[in-house]
Amino acid sequence: MTEKKIVDGRGSFCPGPLMELIVALKSSQVGDVLEVLSTDKGSANDIPEWLRKVGHEYISTTESNGEWHITVRKTK
Amino acid sequence: MSASKICVVVVSGSLERLQMAAMVASVAAVSGQEVMVFLSMNALPYFAKGNISKAPHEGEMGRIMEGKKIPEFRTLFEQAVELGDAKIYPCSMAMDVLGIEQVGLEGYLESATGLTKFLHDAQDGQVWTF
Repeated sequence: MTEKKIVDGRGSFCPGPLMELIVALKSSQVGDVLEVLSTDKGSANDIPEWLRKVGHEYISTTESNGEWHITVRKTK
Repeated sequence: MSASKICVVVVSGSLERLQMAAMVASVAAVSGQEVMVFLSMNALPYFAKGNISKAPHEGEMGRIMEGKKIPEFRTLFEQAVELGDAKIYPCSMAMDVLGIEQVGLEGYLESATGLTKFLHDAQDGQVWTF
């Protein structure tokens, strides 16, 4: 189990957090788990949709006090 | 991967339109769709090399956006190219009118393209105009 990488997209708006995730995925290995932090609700909805479309694994979303944590695994 | 190519035509120099065009191009490109962008009229000068000037807002939304941490439209277009293989074509007519050479444009832009070629390449895609 590799350590989780944090992608801090807090404060940014759509599609900022998604773009930051994609940049982080590029420099990750297959199997790596990444957690995106976002204060943008639109991104919290959009990122799982993007994962479904391109085929990386969507693990979970949690939210507290207007901050979303979206966990994903690089699969290819 | 995708059923249809997305062709984004950008002619406006307003913040809202440049931003929306950049969002469509970048999100489509990173989602695996083929994306072509054609920059002309008031949009092109923002892609002159080293131009970091802000585009003026045209309404309330743009005014509010100026105070928020919104990804810069030029950054999004560049990410569309680097992360999603989008192709961004500067309009050769606009370059002639402005007197801008290819070397005077940002490096992530493709070579100058005329409308005839763009229309030919766009005929089997969706066209989005901003």
